[in-house]
Amino acid sequence: MLLLMKVKTAMLAGALAAPVVAAALAPSPPSPGPVSATLLASTSFTYRAAGDFSRGGRPVEGPLRELRLPTDLRIMKRQVTVAEYGRCVDEGACPRVAVPSGAQDVPVVGVSWHDASAYAAWISHKTGITYRLPTDEEWTFAAAEKARDEALPLVDPADPAQAWIARYEAESSRERPSATTPQPGGTFGTNSKGLDDLAGNVWEWTDSCFVRTSLDEKKETVTNVNCGVRIVEGAHRTYMTDFIRDPKSGGCAQGVPPTNLGFRLVVEPSWSVIASTVRGIAKLLRGT
Amino acid sequence: MGAALAALMMTTPALAGAADDLKLPREHIDLVAPPFVHPHEQATKAGPKIVEFKLTVQEKEVVIDDAGTKMWAMTYNGSMPGPMMVVHEGDYVELTLVNPETNTMPHNIDLHAATGGLGGGALTHVNPGEQTVLRFKATRPGVFIYHCAPEGMIPWHVVSGMHGTLMVLPRDGLKDGAGKSLHYDKVFYIGENDLYVPKDENGKYKTYDSVGESYSDTMDVMRKLIPTHEVFEGRVGALTGKNALTAKVGETVLIVHSEANSDTRPHLIGGHGDYVWETGKFNNPPERDLETWFVRGGSAGAALYTFREPGVYAYVNHNLIEAVELGATAHIKVEGKWNEDLMKQISPPSPIPPAKIGAADPVAVTR
Repeated sequence: MLLLMKVKTAMLAGALAAPVVAAALAPSPPSPGPVSATLLASTSFTYRAAGDFSRGGRPVEGPLRELRLPTDLRIMKRQVTVAEYGRCVDEGACPRVAVPSGAQDVPVVGVSWHDASAYAAWISHKTGITYRLPTDEEWTFAAAEKARDEALPLVDPADPAQAWIARYEAESSRERPSATTPQPGGTFGTNSKGLDDLAGNVWEWTDSCFVRTSLDEKKETVTNVNCGVRIVEGAHRTYMTDFIRDPKSGGCAQGVPPTNLGFRLVVEPSWSVIASTVRGIAKLLRGT
Repeated sequence: MGAALAALMMTTPALAGAADDLKLPREHIDLVAPPFVHPHEQATKAGPKIVEFKLTVQEKEVVIDDAGTKMWAMTYNGSMPGPMMVVHEGDYVELTLVNPETNTMPHNIDLHAATGGLGGGALTHVNPGEQTVLRFKATRPGVFIYHCAPEGMIPWHVVSGMHGTLMVLPRDGLKDGAGKSLHYDKVFYIGENDLYVPKDENGKYKTYDSVGESYSDTMDVMRKLIPTHEVFEGRVGALTGKNALTAKVGETVLIVHSEANSDTRPHLIGGHGDYVWETGKFNNPPERDLETWFVRGGSAGAALYTFREPGVYAYVNHNLIEAVELGATAHIKVEGKWNEDLMKQISPPSPIPPAKIGAADPVAVTR
């Protein structure tokens, strides 16, 4: 426990130093070009926990929390474009995906979580800066007022059909983006944190896994973590099998599918590599 | 002879089609667009009558999916499928078919319920700017399709939307196999349509300035027999979301399902067909408790079902590729009280408990 406290202190110190360190360590832009990332100062924000939650065996909404990221967040202003992704394809590090319109300056879509992760690994290697997909918490913080909380009204927990119909109606009432194909960066506006096109017509992969949690009076117990399903964020939050590139609604599902799957990356501050090493050591020590 | 007939018609312009040789009461019915059906008696004590309907052909460009894909449709009264007409066995159907001047092609109608004259197709060819009146006797109870059948272009007109359903009810209503009367609270009228929209060299759906210009490319797609869309009520998602059908627990619905061209296999996910006239003809006893039924291309079928459990039901063509990928899905939102006797979640998804020592290994058993 004491050790954990120490780690937290280290993280805090890292957080303070992070922007400076990241700037100092950034090498001169190599061939892929600089990625326009925006630094967001960590402030508290409201976050609806993702995944499936139950209380007493009945489904309930995830709890609403006040969160604060442990550090400032450096995140891409725009989604990765067709042209940017294409360079990774050309170098054989990313799978080729269909580009129906042929436009190069629009967000790349039709990418799976694996494709997005391959791009993050490739660009990290090229630049020497660690890029990764954001966590769902990070995305929600960055999206600010563009993040949508779709909590449903409380219904009779003994009647599964009521919750089911309520969800169906919520999904049915979602507005469909007017443009169906990816649009040039900036089309869907800039949010209060200076980031473009959040919750436009592209849904973005996050690195967060699907979790199932049971709640009782005192504690939360995560009963299942499925990292084959990742959280996808955009005009609404959804859960997506990681190899899917082009999701659809249909069959029993309803409403607007997250038709265009794309992504933007965050910059992992270099201090946090150290921090995660410390966390790893802490874990090892706790394990003994 | 023709001139004499024309002169005769000239003298009675207001009564075109109003042949009074039968001396029967008349009823004019205003049709409503699918999935709904005009008000009607399920059984009647009245004698046969002449029932007047009017169908107006509309050629128009329509949007068929949420991606905004467009095609040129040919329709009866503007909807895909055309409206359902309901009469009783022994009634006479007097149908006025109008082809407005704004259209570009000749059209007609072949009604599978009618006897002779190619189902009326031989007597109803109307060019733009013409109309015709056909009368036929409804001699066989059942649900029957009708469709356009112009020479040389039949399949194109049919898969472009020119089809619908006529329901001929037994005068004393529907019966189960033992002679017990069956009733419904409402009718869901589903018209399934296979669509064949041409694509350009980049795989994008093409659009055309007129129905005529779409003909040749559309025929090329049709001849490969693989539809680009398989839809209910003319559009992917036409009967889902805000347009989902609705019912209540305890309500009985008659689901009439027509497909004028290709085969389909309706299935109600989470429900059944309590009584199903798979071939759609009411002189045959209905089958009971079906899971999926088969509607042959070029026919209509009917299924009676009483909802017992609330929730969202998907009504699909159980070729699930056609249902989920191509669009043949409707949703029915059913309100009511959950019946735990019929279904109860005993244990929600949770971790698999550790195996008890000494318990049989299921893998070992199957080996």
